[in-house]
Amino acid sequence: MGAAGVARLHGLFAAYKPPGLHWKHLRDTVELQLLKGLNARKPPAPQQRVRFLLGPVEGSEEKELTLTATSVPSLTNHPLVRGPAFTSLKIGMGHRLDVQASGVVVLGVGQGCSLLTDMYHAHLTKDYTVLGLLGKATDDFREDGRLVERTTYDHVTREKLDRILTVIQGSHQKALVTYSHLDLQTQEAYEMAVKGLIRPMNKSPMLVTGIRCLRFAPPEFLLEVQCMNETQKQLRSLVHEIGLALKTTAVCSHVRRTRDGCFTLDDALLRTQWNLNSIQDAIQAAAPRVAAELEKNLRLQLGTQQLQGPGWQGDNEGPSPALEGRTAGGAAVDKGQSCA
Amino acid sequence: MALSAQRIPRWLNSIKLNSLITAAQLRSHYRRPGPTLLHRLSARPQVSSDNGFLQWGLKTVRTSSKWNSTSQCTKSSGQEIDSAQSTTLPSVSEQPQKTPNFDSELSLEDLDDVPPLSPLQPVSEQEAVRIIADPPLPPDSFTLRDYVDHSETLQKLVLLGVDLSKIEKHPEAANLLLRLDFEKDINQLLLFLKDLGIEDSQLGAFLTKNYAIFSEDLENLKTRVAYLQSKSFSKSDITQMVRKAPFLLSFSVERLDNRLGFFQKELELNVKKTRDLVVRLPRLLTGSLEPVKENMKVYRLELGFKRNEIQHMITQIPKMLTANKRKLTETFDFVHNVMSVPHHVIVRFPQVFNARLFKVKERHLFLAYLGRAQYDPAKANYISLDKLVSVPDEIFCEEIAKASVQDFEKFLKTL
Repeated sequence: MGAAGVARLHGLFAAYKPPGLHWKHLRDTVELQLLKGLNARKPPAPQQRVRFLLGPVEGSEEKELTLTATSVPSLTNHPLVRGPAFTSLKIGMGHRLDVQASGVVVLGVGQGCSLLTDMYHAHLTKDYTVLGLLGKATDDFREDGRLVERTTYDHVTREKLDRILTVIQGSHQKALVTYSHLDLQTQEAYEMAVKGLIRPMNKSPMLVTGIRCLRFAPPEFLLEVQCMNETQKQLRSLVHEIGLALKTTAVCSHVRRTRDGCFTLDDALLRTQWNLNSIQDAIQAAAPRVAAELEKNLRLQLGTQQLQGPGWQGDNEGPSPALEGRTAGGAAVDKGQSCA
Repeated sequence: MALSAQRIPRWLNSIKLNSLITAAQLRSHYRRPGPTLLHRLSARPQVSSDNGFLQWGLKTVRTSSKWNSTSQCTKSSGQEIDSAQSTTLPSVSEQPQKTPNFDSELSLEDLDDVPPLSPLQPVSEQEAVRIIADPPLPPDSFTLRDYVDHSETLQKLVLLGVDLSKIEKHPEAANLLLRLDFEKDINQLLLFLKDLGIEDSQLGAFLTKNYAIFSEDLENLKTRVAYLQSKSFSKSDITQMVRKAPFLLSFSVERLDNRLGFFQKELELNVKKTRDLVVRLPRLLTGSLEPVKENMKVYRLELGFKRNEIQHMITQIPKMLTANKRKLTETFDFVHNVMSVPHHVIVRFPQVFNARLFKVKERHLFLAYLGRAQYDPAKANYISLDKLVSVPDEIFCEEIAKASVQDFEKFLKTL
C-alpha cells in the first residue's frame, strides 16, 4: 500500500508559490503533506512468527511435553511499536523564488530530483510579469524599500518605453550570442539563431530573450519578460534601469513567474492542492511533456557541440558540463520515459 | 544478586543437581565460550566487577526486565543487568513442574563447592529435544521493538493504544516500562484513570503523552484530584482537563495552586470565569507562563485594546493567550491597517487572531478585487469577520464572495 503510493511519486511537478512564503517553507510543507498522505494508508496485517514451544502432545498417554511449532502473533512490526512507515522524502526544488516574488516553481520528488539537474542544464527560458512603479527610487529596488529619490514622470510615453525595451532586448540578444560561443558565420548557427534556439554555454549573467510592455497606465506599467539565468533581484534592478533610461526613476512592486520551462500557470498546484493525490496526478500529467522537452534540449546540445566557432579557444570548462548534461540527460530521459 | 525465576531445562532435573546449582554456577557456565546447554540465559555480568555497563549512552535502553509475570525476583542494587527471559505468551500455559526459587537456595558459601557442569556430558535425545534455545535478547538496544514480543507489559500497553515508538525516544521512560509489572503497578494506575472518567479509547493517547505518570505515587495523584475538587471543579470538568492536558496530574498541589492564582490575578476575571477558561484550555496550567504575560502586555500596549475588551476576547477564544507574538502583531497589522477594521469590530470577532494570516489575506484581496470588501456593520453588504475566516473555501466562494471556486483559484494565481 505504501509502496504503491511511493512508486507513483517520482517525477517533477509545479507548485504556485504565494508571495510572502519562503521557498524552503514551501518545500517543507509539501514534504509534510506527502508524508501525511503516505502514512495515512492502511497498516499491514498483523504478523505472525513461528516459535517452538513446549506443549502437551495430543493423543499420548503420558503427560509429556514436547516441542511443537506454533504460530504466535508478533507485535514487532505493529505501527505503534515501529512508528510511522515514512519519515522523510527526497524533494528538491528547481529555480528558486525569493520571499516577495510569487509564481510557478518546479519541484522534484524521488528520482525526479535528477531531472531537475537536467532542466537546469537545458537552460530553458522562464516567463515573468513584472509590475513597475514610476516616480520612486529605493535602495533595494522594491516598493517598500528605503526611499532614495522621488521624480516626476509626466514626460514618459508608451513609445519611449517601447523603444527602450527594444534596445534592451537587442543588447541582451548580442550577449546571448557571445555567451553561447557560436560562430554566427556558419549557416547552421544562423538558422538556429533565427529559430531562437541559442542557449548560453556556461554560467552567464541574466539574459533577456524577450521583453515587452503589456500595460502602461502611469505611474504603473506591466512588463512581460522572457529570460534565463536570472534572479528576481536582477529583474527588479532591470526595472530600475528602465526608469533611469526614461530619465525618471522606477521601482518594482511585484515579480511573478508565469512559466518555468514547460510548466505554466495552469499546471501549478495551489496551496489547497498540496496533498498526496493531487501531486501524484500532477506528476503523471507532466511526465510526458518533461521527457519530450528534455530530449529536445539534449538533441540541441549535441547539435551545438559541432558548431563551436574558431574564436572560442576550447575553454576547458566548456565541454565537460555539456557532456555531463548529456550523459545524465540521456540516463534521466530514459528514466523519465520509463516512469511516465 | 537476584535472578528471575526461569524455566529450568529438563536435563537439570535428571542430573539431580537442582539444589546445588547456584547463580555462580550458571554464570560461570555462561562465561564459557561455545554453545552451552544453558544457552538461554543471556549475558549477565558479575555484580562486583563490571561497572562498565553502568556507562550507557543516552540512546541505549538497558534492559533489566522481569519477563515472567510469576517472577519472584527481588530488586538488586540496580547494577545487575539481567536480560534473561522466559516466555510468557499465553499459548504456553504450562510451566515445568519445578521452578526452583533460587533466592532461597543460593548462598554465597555455595559458590565454590559444586563442580561446574560440563557441556561435553552426553545427553539423551529426548532431553536434547526439549532444550529450548531461543536467541538471547540484546542486553541493550535503542528501540523497544526488540523486547515487545517478550514482555507482557509492553504487549498489553500496545493493545491499549500506547505509542511505544514515541516513548522509546526517552530512554528513562522506556527503561521504566521494561521494569514495570503490569499486574502490580500499571493496573492500579489504569483503574485510577478510569475512575477519573477517561475512556478506554483515550487511555492510550494519555499514556503516550504523559509517560512519566508511571513513576508517580498513586497517593499523590489522588491528593491532586482531591485538591481540584476542593476548588469546585466538577468531576466532568476534571476529566476534561486531564484528558486535554495529560501533564496536569504530574504537577504538585502547590504548583497547581500557584498557577491558578496567577491566572486569577493576571486576567482579573471572577472565579467562575477563570474556572471555565481553565477547563476549556487546561494547557494554560501546564504550559509556560511567560508567553501569557507577554501576550497580555502586547494586547494592552502594542495593539491598544482596553482591559475589558481583552477580557471579553479571552473568554471567547482562550487560545489567544498562548498565541505567537509575531503572528499576532502581523495579523492585527493587516486586519486593522489594510482591511481598516476598527478595534470595536475586532473585539466582537476575536477568531481572526486564531486564523492563518495567509487565509485572511487571500480572502480579503479577493473580496477587494470583487468590490465586496465591506466590514462596517453600519453599511450595506456587510461581511462579518468570523464568516470571513472560519467558513471553508466552497461556502466562502458561493455565499460571501458570490463567485465560483475556479474564479477564486484563478485569482490566487494572479497574486
